[in-house]
Amino acid sequence: MEAFEYAHPTTQHEAIGLLGSKWNDAAVLAGGTDLISLMKEYLVTPKRVVNIKNVEGLNGIHSNAEGVTIGALVTMDELLENATIRSEFPALTQAAGGITSPQIRAMGTVGGDLCQRPRCWYFRNGYGLLAKDENGKSLVPDGENRYHAILGNSGPAYFVNPSSLAPVLIALGAKLQLAGTKGQREVRASEFSVIPKSDEERENVLKPDEMLTHIVIPASSHGLRSATYEVRQKTALDWPLAAAAVAVKLEGGKVREGRIVLGHVAPIPWQAREAEKELEGKSITESAAASVGEAALRGAKPLSQNGYKVQLAKVAVKRALLAAAKGEA
Amino acid sequence: MADYHWPPTDKCSLIGRRISRLDGPWKSSGRIKYSYDVNRPNMLHGKMVFSPYAHAKVVSIDTSAAEKMPGVKAVEIMTEPGKEVFWAGQEVVAVAAETEEQARDAARRIQVRYEKLPHLVSDVDPRKAGEHTKQLAEQTDGNPDQALQQAEVTSEGEYGVPVITHCCLEAHGQVAEWDGDNLTIYASTQNVSGIPGEMVRAKIADSADKVRVLTPVMGGGFGSKFSADTWGLACARLAKKAGRPVKMMLERDQELMAAGARPSMYAKVKVGAKKDGTLVGWTSESWGTGGPDAQGGAPSIPYVVRIPDRRVRHTTVLTNIGPARAWRAPNHPQMCLITMSALDDLAAKLDMDPVEMLQKNIQMTGQLAKTYSAELEKAAALMDWKKRWHPRGDKTPGPIKKGLGVSIHTWGGAGHPSNCNCTIQPDGSVSASLGSQDLGTGTRTVIGIITAETMGLPLEAVTVNIGDSKYPPDGASGGSTTVGGVSSSTRRAATAALNQLLDKVAPSLNAKPDELEAIDGQIRVKGNPSRAISWKQACAKLGTTPITGVGQRQRGNDDLLSSGVGGAQMAEVSVDTETGLVHVDKLVAVQDCGLIIDLKTAESQVYGACIMGITYSLFEDKIMDEQTGRCLNADLEFYKLAGIGDFGDIVVHMMTGPGYDERGVIGLGEPPVISPGAAISNAVANAIGVRVPTLPLTPDKVLGALGKGAVA
Ligand SMILES: Cc1cc2nc3c(=O)[nH]c(=O)nc-3n(C[C@H](O)[C@H](O)[C@H](O)COP(=O)(O)OP(=O)(O)OC[C@H]3O[C@@H](n4cnc5c(N)ncnc54)[C@H](O)[C@@H]3O)c2cc1C
Repeated sequence: MEAFEYAHPTTQHEAIGLLGSKWNDAAVLAGGTDLISLMKEYLVTPKRVVNIKNVEGLNGIHSNAEGVTIGALVTMDELLENATIRSEFPALTQAAGGITSPQIRAMGTVGGDLCQRPRCWYFRNGYGLLAKDENGKSLVPDGENRYHAILGNSGPAYFVNPSSLAPVLIALGAKLQLAGTKGQREVRASEFSVIPKSDEERENVLKPDEMLTHIVIPASSHGLRSATYEVRQKTALDWPLAAAAVAVKLEGGKVREGRIVLGHVAPIPWQAREAEKELEGKSITESAAASVGEAALRGAKPLSQNGYKVQLAKVAVKRALLAAAKGEA
Repeated sequence: MADYHWPPTDKCSLIGRRISRLDGPWKSSGRIKYSYDVNRPNMLHGKMVFSPYAHAKVVSIDTSAAEKMPGVKAVEIMTEPGKEVFWAGQEVVAVAAETEEQARDAARRIQVRYEKLPHLVSDVDPRKAGEHTKQLAEQTDGNPDQALQQAEVTSEGEYGVPVITHCCLEAHGQVAEWDGDNLTIYASTQNVSGIPGEMVRAKIADSADKVRVLTPVMGGGFGSKFSADTWGLACARLAKKAGRPVKMMLERDQELMAAGARPSMYAKVKVGAKKDGTLVGWTSESWGTGGPDAQGGAPSIPYVVRIPDRRVRHTTVLTNIGPARAWRAPNHPQMCLITMSALDDLAAKLDMDPVEMLQKNIQMTGQLAKTYSAELEKAAALMDWKKRWHPRGDKTPGPIKKGLGVSIHTWGGAGHPSNCNCTIQPDGSVSASLGSQDLGTGTRTVIGIITAETMGLPLEAVTVNIGDSKYPPDGASGGSTTVGGVSSSTRRAATAALNQLLDKVAPSLNAKPDELEAIDGQIRVKGNPSRAISWKQACAKLGTTPITGVGQRQRGNDDLLSSGVGGAQMAEVSVDTETGLVHVDKLVAVQDCGLIIDLKTAESQVYGACIMGITYSLFEDKIMDEQTGRCLNADLEFYKLAGIGDFGDIVVHMMTGPGYDERGVIGLGEPPVISPGAAISNAVANAIGVRVPTLPLTPDKVLGALGKGAVA
């Protein structure tokens, strides 16, 4: 890793002031479970590392009339242990519980999970976020793309969004609070991730001088039935091949409205709007869930090696819906 | 002349028992140091620059900027300009600096210019490999074409196993330290006694006597750590240049790129049988890659079950994937998967239970036919096979399908050359010294058990000295040869030492030496506890001079050991046919290995092998990108290994008793890792009704086989 300046501010204001105007000026350090690997591989080489773990006000999970606020520094373990989350938003507990290993759950933060960089192996081997060869051609379509995107993959981005929490937060209608040198702003969780179109763009709306401070799940989401279903090969230290998070409002056994968000299948968490429509007014039976799963993947365009992910995502939607209806996963 | 034999097993107090390994507490407490953990005073850290290209010519190397970096003390060119590199990850330059970080930063400042050359990293289709194919080996026995024509049933299929790596927990590497002309190497090696000579051949040391190799413990080798390696030589040279000790261990990405690959093997097979299941003919066209300079002839398939009429053709594909190294039971897991899958498919076509088919043809397995037969029966009992087996395709409703699979395997495992000195001190202490190494298998413990058993002492009373090239030379630990070698030399050395002691003690017991025995901490007249003296009193009679017995594993026939084992394994899997996920619910491993010295470490070998086998069956694949020539999963994130939660029950049964014990000691490292791939693949086919042709059995392939995904 390149040498860097190390800062450990204690206030948000101070922290933001230490961030720069370009990505290479500074990097936010939370749990460090991703950032340190990126730095060791020279994939990011910030001049300054800003440790935010001592910054006031970024910890804890608090409920009030507006909803539940989760500080960016809340760890996966804290999320898992929180009784309100467990009873109100089981999908979030399930997603956090699936994340890799006890070590990462102990260190990794909710903010870090949402801001972590993609795991595309071309990116991680130094070919850039858009995985290009020397001539600027993407390596993914003709390359090893078994773990790449099946949706939102018209290029030049083919990686998948790595966050397991993001799909759930979108399904629950959460908002993210960002703070920067120009002040605070709030974005919907569904608008946080974006598909980069060029080398200059990043995979979310954060500016170099901004950080994520809080996540708010609105009070209106209480009473939703939610579930996450992930298809993983290994029980630990592994990534889902496909996942679905669903949150539904049931009335008289029928879906009044519902959100279905796929994870690990597109450069952004993928909200399956067509499938959401199809779900409305239905009771969640095995066959209804299966046909909603089909609908969710209708636009999928698999690459040469990842057709199987279409099937996995369909099954994830079906099983998540059935689990949500039953109130279990 | 002393008579060398093993005591009858019912008379043994240690041999054949379940005994915990001697170094367990030292390892778990960190008291004993792996090479990786050795830190010498004033030590520097070495890092290497690797080729990013799969095939290139090194045009120039400029180390000047790196040499000016803080902390940098020495630089060593490993591939001279003008020379070619043949895989991405091949070593080009090494640099030593005060800290690991400085060395890494300096390595990044070394400027290497390459001329890129064409590469090939894909082995899936030999026809596309063009000039990169070699050695069209062919072997024909009898008249396979005629046999297959006359066969009542034939089955055709394509099967295969990709390139995987060794993934030793401890990386390759060493610490090298000079004292004048004397070199000490703390190496993670399978070949303690062999490394000094290598240092002389490389002109690093002027005499093997001046090189000392220390490997008290190591974190696995699996066949990838026989040589000092280019990094071992470079490390010693850096240490010489800098005049300070240097530690250079590979990083995980380097491990996966360059420190050993298991060759792939794919085959198109046709196999035929009579209606009653009697196998009659086999033909196969196989291919595979073992890296840039693979050798080897036609694979010995059909494996174990030697169908009399057969033709085998094999093509080697030369690729820039990194060099092949022996991988636990070289070629056997691949040959086993291909053979046992083909036979299983044939059995399915015949509507026959595959265990029955194996039993029906058991004579084709040759000398070990009776062993296999007994092992299959034992495994079937442990799996409850007869009750639980069903014909292909689990008809139970729902997405989860269960299935059973079987496979058998063989290995040699004769002991390697070994020398042991066993010393008895006048104070009663006993030691056995060998230039062998314990890869983590239990070698140290086995040596201790044999020494103690021979002397009639408890295990704690003996000291085992291994992992030091100063001790009597011993063979490299590969091919399951260690336990046979060291058991023989140790038993001989201990017996020789004891006999000398008995000579000294005999007069005081008024007996002839051969009337005495060492038992329960005493020397006594055989079967007569009243005419005895304690071990300590006996040893005191040595006066001031210790005695040493010398033992050497006999060349050729050695009564204390033999070779040739069989094993049978059965797997039970659950397959989620909607997601293609495979779970191994149960793996039964039945294994013989002659006389077992330590039942616990023997069973541990089999447990470990089963886990390793489940891992390569479900997860492992060295993924090479044809466009960049790079290994894309040179990390433990996407080079997936099973964790403790990723498999079900493992049931191990060792065949012991009459028919096994009297064969003497036989190696066990390789055999149990051979069958899991085939047994698990067969179980999956039995569960879902179709064959998933190649390992690993990942969701994409399982769904492909089920027609639910885009790939097969
Ligand atoms: C083998 C393995 C498997 C994994 N599997 C999963 C999985 O299945 N699902 C999953 O979701 N994750 C998975 N992870 C990733 C893990 O969850 C993340 O590494 C972790 O959540 C990151 O949190 P952190 O606090 O350590 O972030 P850091 O490493 O500190 O930061 C990560 C990135 O986010 C930025 N950042 C962090 N906090 C903020 C903030 N508040 N504002 C702005 N930017 C910020 C950093 O600058 C950095 O770029 C896996 C990781 C590994 C190694």
